[in-house]
Amino acid sequence: MSAIKAGMKNFEEVRSSAKPVLIDFYADWCGPCKMVSPVVDEIADENPQYLVCKVNVDEEQQLAEQFGVSSIPTLVVMRNGEVVSRSTGAKPKAQILAMLEE
Amino acid sequence: MEHIHDMVVIGGGPAGYTAALYAARGGLDTVLLERLSAGGQMALTGDIDNYPGFDEGIDGFTLGVRMQHGAERFGARTVNAEVTAVDFSQPVKRIVTTDGVYHARTVVIAAGADPRKLGLDGEQELTGSGVHYCAHCDGRFYKDKTVAVIGGGNSAAADALYLSRLAKKVYMVHRRDALRAERIYREPLYNAENVELVWDSIVTELIADTRLTGIRVKNVKTGEATQLNCDGAFVSIGRVPLTGFLGGSVALDGSGYIIADESTRTSADGVFAAGDIRTKALRQVVTAAADGAVAAHYAEEYISAMGGL
Repeated sequence: MSAIKAGMKNFEEVRSSAKPVLIDFYADWCGPCKMVSPVVDEIADENPQYLVCKVNVDEEQQLAEQFGVSSIPTLVVMRNGEVVSRSTGAKPKAQILAMLEE
Repeated sequence: MEHIHDMVVIGGGPAGYTAALYAARGGLDTVLLERLSAGGQMALTGDIDNYPGFDEGIDGFTLGVRMQHGAERFGARTVNAEVTAVDFSQPVKRIVTTDGVYHARTVVIAAGADPRKLGLDGEQELTGSGVHYCAHCDGRFYKDKTVAVIGGGNSAAADALYLSRLAKKVYMVHRRDALRAERIYREPLYNAENVELVWDSIVTELIADTRLTGIRVKNVKTGEATQLNCDGAFVSIGRVPLTGFLGGSVALDGSGYIIADESTRTSADGVFAAGDIRTKALRQVVTAAADGAVAAHYAEEYISAMGGL
């Protein structure tokens, strides 16, 4: 499954997902976001057991604020609607998968 | 029997991809290992104005991807893997990664450097919540807010200038009484009305509730302590070379950089160090790229001397 674009409009669906959720908060002008973006896509393609979504912080300022994002990329893992882990900065694939598997 | 590459390059910044380009173009069987994606530190900067040939400047991420494509054009392969250990004691070197073990006749270490941390309590927890190492990435979250930039070199000055266009107020905290930054950065900084230089001062404490609310600085000449209230602190106090995975396999200098002269040869035969990871005077994209070319040259020479391709 590929990564979906998330925003205020569809966020309730994301929050209520039965699968663990990975959210990538990013912006188009941010170098490290561009570095991590293909990695997040790969994780989405290879792991149908996770719901992977991307939030553009310029378009979704309210959502970014709700999550207290002040550094991008920020990666957030949610389970049952709760944030269980988060990290800032581009991370290698293995580290992101480890966040999901915890 | 495992495959033996002519060259394994560790790190996909300008040094690594230039080494890979020269080696692959010269007919060497070359693989490049990168933990994340092309560009290295370059991808964290905005416009690069001082890499020749791009008269309008180019953003660092794009330049990195283009360097990757340039090397791939001649057959250099990129593998996304992090190197965890190496063994350079035999003519065929072993490189242990998160994607298995690689073997090579020559190795170019171009793993670069990471931002140096302040080393203060709470720094790790506050990273991304007020403490930042990339003004270009995170500056926009501080529009009309107050920030502090810590450092006095070119990067710190560039960060302070960039932030001065977004933030209400920028403190620039530097441990000396003059900036090391070049004039092209200094003068606009002195002219910016919302930049306040805090001389002779070091940061002694990060003040925070759930996020950073200020920093405590100490004047190193008078001993006086002051609290600066700010919403964000951007740390730009230099770099730390990424040599941890080498485990003593090549000689390092006192600051952790790999000892190698302009030939890029390290203390291990057939192992070369290119770019910011090497002891050198000027760490720039163009000097990193130059190192990559030199490393490929001496790697080819080494392979020839060992009895051929």
